[in-house]
Amino acid sequence: MDLLIFQVPILMVQASLDGALLGILFALIAYGMALQWGVMNIINIAQGEMVILGGYIAYTMYVMGIHPAYGVIVSPIIMYFIGWLLYKLVINRVVDRDLFISILATFGISILTQQLMNFIFGADVVVAQSNFGTTLLFDDMVTLPNAKIFSALIGIIFAIGLVLYMKKSKLGRAIRATSQNARAAKILGIDTERVYAATFGINAALCGVAGALISITFTLHPYVGLPYTVRSFMIVIIAGLGNLPGVALSGMGLGVFEEFSDYILGTEFRIGSVFTLLVLILVYRRFRLSRKREYLE
Amino acid sequence: MKRNNLILYGALLVFGLLAPFLFPAFKLQISFMWILVILALTWDVQGGQMGYNTFGNILFFGIGMYICASTQIGLFFPLEEWTASGGEKTFLHTPSQYFLGLSAGLVLAGIVPVVVAALIGYGILGLRGHYFAICTLGLGIAAGELAGGIEIIGAGQGMTAPPWPKGIGDTEFRSEFFYFLTFITMLATFIFLRWAYQRRFGLVLNAIRDNEDKAEAMGIHTMRYKILGWMVSAFFVGIAGGLVGNMVGYIEPTEIAFAGATYGVFMILMAILGGKGTLWGPVIGAMVFHIFKEGFWTFFLGWQYVALGVLIVVIVIFFPEGIMGWLREKFPERFGEVVDEADRKAQVVLK
Amino acid sequence: MASILRVDKVSKYFGGVKANQDVSLSVGTGSIVGLIGPNGSGKTTLFNSIVGTHPIDRGAIEFDGREISTLPVPAVAKLGLLRTFQQTRIFGKVNCIQNMLISSNPTKENLITIFSKVPEELTEKAENLLKFVGLHQKRKLLAGDLSFGQQKLLELAMALMNEPKMLLLDEPTAGINPTLINGIIDRLITVNKEFGITLLVIEHNMRVIMNLAQEIYCLAHGEMLASGTPEEIKNDQRVLDAYLGAG
Repeated sequence: MDLLIFQVPILMVQASLDGALLGILFALIAYGMALQWGVMNIINIAQGEMVILGGYIAYTMYVMGIHPAYGVIVSPIIMYFIGWLLYKLVINRVVDRDLFISILATFGISILTQQLMNFIFGADVVVAQSNFGTTLLFDDMVTLPNAKIFSALIGIIFAIGLVLYMKKSKLGRAIRATSQNARAAKILGIDTERVYAATFGINAALCGVAGALISITFTLHPYVGLPYTVRSFMIVIIAGLGNLPGVALSGMGLGVFEEFSDYILGTEFRIGSVFTLLVLILVYRRFRLSRKREYLE
Repeated sequence: MKRNNLILYGALLVFGLLAPFLFPAFKLQISFMWILVILALTWDVQGGQMGYNTFGNILFFGIGMYICASTQIGLFFPLEEWTASGGEKTFLHTPSQYFLGLSAGLVLAGIVPVVVAALIGYGILGLRGHYFAICTLGLGIAAGELAGGIEIIGAGQGMTAPPWPKGIGDTEFRSEFFYFLTFITMLATFIFLRWAYQRRFGLVLNAIRDNEDKAEAMGIHTMRYKILGWMVSAFFVGIAGGLVGNMVGYIEPTEIAFAGATYGVFMILMAILGGKGTLWGPVIGAMVFHIFKEGFWTFFLGWQYVALGVLIVVIVIFFPEGIMGWLREKFPERFGEVVDEADRKAQVVLK
Repeated sequence: MASILRVDKVSKYFGGVKANQDVSLSVGTGSIVGLIGPNGSGKTTLFNSIVGTHPIDRGAIEFDGREISTLPVPAVAKLGLLRTFQQTRIFGKVNCIQNMLISSNPTKENLITIFSKVPEELTEKAENLLKFVGLHQKRKLLAGDLSFGQQKLLELAMALMNEPKMLLLDEPTAGINPTLINGIIDRLITVNKEFGITLLVIEHNMRVIMNLAQEIYCLAHGEMLASGTPEEIKNDQRVLDAYLGAG
């Protein structure tokens, strides 16, 4: 337990800014999860692995001598096709089945992806250097790497772009119609199979963007995917499925929570505190609902 | 049918009792097979019989492991110095200390998880579907991460379990001793569950699986059954954890104790492979899985977990009813319920 | 006649939708009471409020002299107030006998009763009740394999197995082969007269409800529109308007 952060209040500013910028990336991933949860009623445990894979794509570019920031364009394109392929190979067989089957199947994909990434990219922690420099605030008391500001901006741009795409484009409208009522959409001539594949692809592409941004602001490692899955799950259940400002706010809230827990409990408890928070939030909601004689279902 | 069952039970019992002498080279492997049977059987109480798909039973495994080892050590020596000394054993158990410690440790490895299950059960088991699965997933991982930060049990470095005392037989005897402990624990688990499933307990678990709201509407306090079922699982899983800690000799938070990626997934996979919701399914699933794993694991040379991932996807997509489900469909007269065609077609008449 | 169930000015809103608004009714001990009303008039919502599926926003519900509007579902059922569902709810992957055994009501649920064997006479009672609803020959079938109508009958038998004081039936004849309807009316009267179970029945089939009930309540737009004997209800202009969509 380290209470330094309360003795030096400027650290709180630092932690809040760091957390909020990181939280925007969490929100982006959570938005992808909400999309496929709402449309296909699938919770993708491999969500985090897709993020990390997207990050490794940007990292590979960095190793090849290309600036990793271009990863935000390349990574989503590659990830879209990986997502689409994954849908055609596995997910289309579990869409309409027992909930647990889809959870377990994506859990299998998650283990598989971890291991493959471990083989291809090695088990070391890697970072793609962006050389964007840092910004100093408050008489140099708060340091902000420009890469974090860059990634938050890119994240916001992609989120707005996607929202507009969902509102205006034909496919976007088909996706929204399917999420409201898949059977009715089918009867009205929407090819739900194509909608599902596209949804899964769009989600993977979002993960690709977020991963590329994480590769320049944070670290990559084959086995840190699951925390991203859990973070996005948490954000979605706090904010609800269709509530975008809520997703952004709770994403940033979670980022700030994590930075504070980093300062107070130490980095070794960071993942532990995320998972503990998940359990606490779920149990808290369960008690609140049961007072209304309802269940979290 | 009754007689066939007796022969089956007898054959398995004889195999279990003679195995360490018939296949002395595989004693340890077969011991681990019994452990896996315990894990699959107890997972099935929630996942199969009750329809609550948990990723979190590994929590009790890890708690049992740490509690058992800590008791074994803490009863006679300062636990802090033991873990601080790491591999260097400055303390040695005498034979009587060792066995006293082991018995006390195993008893507590059963009881403490039961208490934990009772305490958190009301909160966790009130969740359903997705939420329950993800929450229990978080529970297991959180426990591992938190255990990795507790100094007295060795934090991330882990701790060693007490070594076998000098003067009581050789390592062969040690593995025979642990073999029979695991075999007896497995038998106790199987017999208890077989007994409990034939009681009202089993009926209501199935009712919760099929339609929990209806069960409540019929005046059943389902929560009691859910918590009780979890306590039963926690008890046997905890003891299994205590045994594994001693058999491996080394306890580490995320890879061995709260090993979500190995034992935690294995137990689900084995129960589904064998056929969830049946008594024999998890047993058969665990044995098949273990034989496959021990037989072929070495061929995969580092690709084991890739194979595991593929196996999970293939089994849940193409084989969700498991071996027992397949047998029931294929040989209904031997494994399933036979319904008279006339009964099926009969019209309802109300005069 | 003393009343076993008293619903007093109960209101239930879903967001802005008034599902029930100041609904009051009372059911006399040992009687059969009908509850009718057009689709969406709040009949099933009222049932859910009574047995505790969701909380009510205002009002009081008294069963057998006890306030029950804040009790959870199993506690209400344990007092002897049971309901059946419009869309049947049964335990699909176990057979009919087991469905019946699950439904029997142990007065206490402690370690001893949970881990005790199901008594022989309970199985016998289950078979007799299945005979009573005409499902005896199907007792070994998985309940999920029964047709919708058969599941409705099974659900009725399951409710009887529980030996309630009062039963709320949600459309007991919907989806049932019309040739069986007279048999069901007959059974329900037996349940009421010989088993001594008070009935509150939601029903769309007017012939059934007019033959069955001694008193009928009519809901429309979440409010109590009229109540009275079948004869009075039949001739009530407001009820006719509600059903024909005027008003």
